[in-house]
Amino acid sequence: MSLSELWFILVAVLFIGFFFLEGFDFGVGMATRLLAKNDSEKRMLINSIGPFWDGNEVWLLTAGGAMFAAFPNWYATLFSGFYIPLVVLLLALIARGVAFEFRGKVGSDGWRKAWDISIFLGSFLPPFLLGVVFATLMKGMPIDADMQMHAGFFDVVNVYSVVAGLTVVCLCVVHGLMFAALRTEGSLRLRAREMARKWLIPLAALLVILAGLTFVSTDAFQSRGVILAIMAVVGAAAFVLAGYFMKRGREGWAFGMTGSVIVLAVAAVFVALFPRVMVSSLGSAFDLTVYNSASGNYSLKVMTIVSLALLPFVLAYQIWSYFVFHKRIHEKTHLEY
Amino acid sequence: MDVVELARLQYALTTIYHFFFVPVSIGLVLFVALMETMYVVKKDEKYKKMAKFWGKLFLINFAVGVVTGILQEFQFGMNWSDYSRFVGDVFGAPLAIEALFAFFLESTFIGLWIFGWDRLSKKLHLACIWLVVVGTTLSAFWILTANSFMQEPVGFSVQNGRAEMNDFFALISNPQLMSEFPHTVFGAYLTGAFLVAGICAVKMLGKKDVHLFKVSFNIAIVIGLISSLGVAFSGHSQAKHLVQSQPMKMAAAEGIWETTPEKAPWAIISGIDTNGQSNSFEINMPIPGLLSYLSYGQFTGSVTGMKELQAQYEQQYGEGDYIPPVKTTFWSFRIMVASGGLLILLSLYGTYLALRRKVEQAPKWYWHAMKWAIALPFIANTSGWIMTEVGRQPWTVFGLMTTADSVSPNVSAGSVLFSIITFTAVYTLLGGVMAYLFVKEIKHGPGGEQEGLEQPHDPFEKEVAHVS
Ligand code: HDD
Ligand code: HEM
Ligand code: HEM
Repeated sequence: MSLSELWFILVAVLFIGFFFLEGFDFGVGMATRLLAKNDSEKRMLINSIGPFWDGNEVWLLTAGGAMFAAFPNWYATLFSGFYIPLVVLLLALIARGVAFEFRGKVGSDGWRKAWDISIFLGSFLPPFLLGVVFATLMKGMPIDADMQMHAGFFDVVNVYSVVAGLTVVCLCVVHGLMFAALRTEGSLRLRAREMARKWLIPLAALLVILAGLTFVSTDAFQSRGVILAIMAVVGAAAFVLAGYFMKRGREGWAFGMTGSVIVLAVAAVFVALFPRVMVSSLGSAFDLTVYNSASGNYSLKVMTIVSLALLPFVLAYQIWSYFVFHKRIHEKTHLEY
Repeated sequence: MDVVELARLQYALTTIYHFFFVPVSIGLVLFVALMETMYVVKKDEKYKKMAKFWGKLFLINFAVGVVTGILQEFQFGMNWSDYSRFVGDVFGAPLAIEALFAFFLESTFIGLWIFGWDRLSKKLHLACIWLVVVGTTLSAFWILTANSFMQEPVGFSVQNGRAEMNDFFALISNPQLMSEFPHTVFGAYLTGAFLVAGICAVKMLGKKDVHLFKVSFNIAIVIGLISSLGVAFSGHSQAKHLVQSQPMKMAAAEGIWETTPEKAPWAIISGIDTNGQSNSFEINMPIPGLLSYLSYGQFTGSVTGMKELQAQYEQQYGEGDYIPPVKTTFWSFRIMVASGGLLILLSLYGTYLALRRKVEQAPKWYWHAMKWAIALPFIANTSGWIMTEVGRQPWTVFGLMTTADSVSPNVSAGSVLFSIITFTAVYTLLGGVMAYLFVKEIKHGPGGEQEGLEQPHDPFEKEVAHVS
């Protein structure tokens, strides 16, 4: 395996980690609107992700940084090509990030409502937009011989990409509700579990449609049919188990299963892409690949040494922080936000 | 305006804005950590109250710093994609390492610190805030490694039509970085120190919680003195280095068109005439050879002027205008240095008061001055960066790539304009909200005696109550 292939895997791992982790806090963010009945429940939900959401977001920043360092051409084409969606994504993340900190700082209703809207939009738009971007990336975008992408509106927004966006949103909602069920107590916990079960049905429908559209719109199944079929079967099993564990009230297991569905779904994108990183709709000669968009060997070697040295520590203290805050939140817990 | 100008405008606006919050975070978190350390060592409630009070301000500021930072990470690819392609091999590495090394550390331990008051032991909780201090400093180190490469490209060779890294160690021991990093970090500590001292001044004037704020003031003013001197010394060494590495920037910062005589005088102010390539007047400091001293550390030595450098560069790099916007560079340098001078004087007097234990008898004018002096480090920081980045023009990477070549060729002016407008609107709103919250928290004061909004809720408080 060459270093650029290793870095492709590392970037994939960072995105998988991002969707697994930030996935639940996006979901909890949306649940503040979908599930919470009063202000105290909203605060319980926000506080359940309070210690984690910023760290989770850093997975996205690191994925971006790793792309920049290991695949400058990928970073440049992707970020300049999807300019407007990224502006919206950034605005959403900005609104959401400050909302958590600011919401509880003033007692008035109007104030809270404004930040509630920020939290909802900030938790809905990013997974939606990222779903759109990843779908179109697989489907192929007009990328020319100079690796410049010139996309029109319908290149970005079409049935396939919108379905993908909605699927990611739906996955995050279910995953987030299971996280809420795992971290809270009382009626909120029960209702989160129930709501997660109800959302499984539209989610199942979306996943099936998305798989079908992927078959039609991309070459994923031609090039990686067997592996993707196996992943789909495992994913379906995890999905069924998620429903089963929800019914039995085994929240930890159910959360693990919704997480597994996310992991498999995101991994499938990278499996389908490899060795390409962005597909060109103008001709396969213009595809961006792991090889033509990578940094030089020296740079990759330095990055490999640094990351492999740091990653164990990063993972260790992040896991420790989940351990510190493993206790469930109930109405009487002191809430920071 | 064309795409290049719009992209520059957007970069300048968003980065300057980000850098309002960054130094406050770096400076305040150090202060919070010191306060909490005193609390853990001396077991005096007073310090905990202070740590929590400054901590609240720190968190409000940190939130804005974080969200404006996310944009920074993305905007190289969005607006400067040709730049990213050309230098990503070298420039991307410090950014990726920053995320991996520093951002994870900051964000995780901030979470543990905010929510951990009653879940972690005192010492562990203290360790968390110190790790945030480490994180913010590392963050500055890596981002400045990237920036120093742009000022003074090292550790690379041009291969396959782009800059490829060939010496990582050269990158992180870049001579530019060796003075830029301490200068920026001292500047950040100075920003934090004067923010704290200024808020203390407001409280002194209003005679609220004087016993608490006196303690904060004493510590802040000492940090202020150390870092204002640090900023001046490191700035001086930066200037000396600059004469070698980017003589054009330094000549512009000093408004020197013609190469000077051996004993170069230092102008306090000059009337810069960019079109006529001369100065209409110069008011010199009455110390002969001062500029030579500032440039070389001795009172003789001539400084090369912009005209001669322009001719040199044309031979070296081909036709073109290599003179940066002179007025901007000249005046931003002077504004920074003047702010630095004022800050040194204010901290000297404050330290004198603190040492003589006369803080409570300090004259009113001093507190008023300190209140306004909160703005000085922000002014110095901003003008310092403007001098650094504008003075480097027309280059993005000095001697290697120009700004005009750096911009994304596939992004339309309309798109950039759309993002400038939306970000400016959101940033303005954010700034307003954050200023409102800052004032509210400052008025509310530590401990919440006035309104009793919060009940004591953590076991440390009970513990102490038990002991006493
Ligand atoms: C509180 C902030 C502050 C204060 C009081 C000063 N500076 Fe500064 N200065 C900065 C904050 C700053 C900065 C914003 O942090 C910069 C921008 C880039 C950098 O490395 O630091 C900077 C840049 C900068 C540069 C340009 C470096 C380059 O282009 O590579 C020079 C020559 C100086 N400074 C010199 C000084 C001197 C002689 C000062 C005298 C007191 C001074 N600074 C005060
Ligand atoms: C935080 C403090 C900083 C401020 C206030 C700042 C300010 C500016 C300004 C005003 C410009 C526009 C100059 C012009 O077009 O005339 C600029 C350009 C630029 N700076 Fe900085 N900068 C800062 C730090 C950095 C750092 C740390 C990096 C690198 C990691 C960086 C990378 C760039 C790039 C890529 C450009 C665009 C190309 C160019 O216009 O030269 N800047 N900056
Ligand atoms: C001298 C210039 C800069 C320094 C010293 C610096 C340092 C910092 C620090 C200490 C933070 C933590 C949040 C805060 O304290 O407000 C932060 C946030 C951030 N900065 Fe900057 N920064 C600089 C400029 C830039 C630039 C040019 C970029 C673009 C790559 C950038 C990217 C980020 C990002 C992505 C975050 C958010 C990280 C998080 O979620 O914790 N910064 N920066």
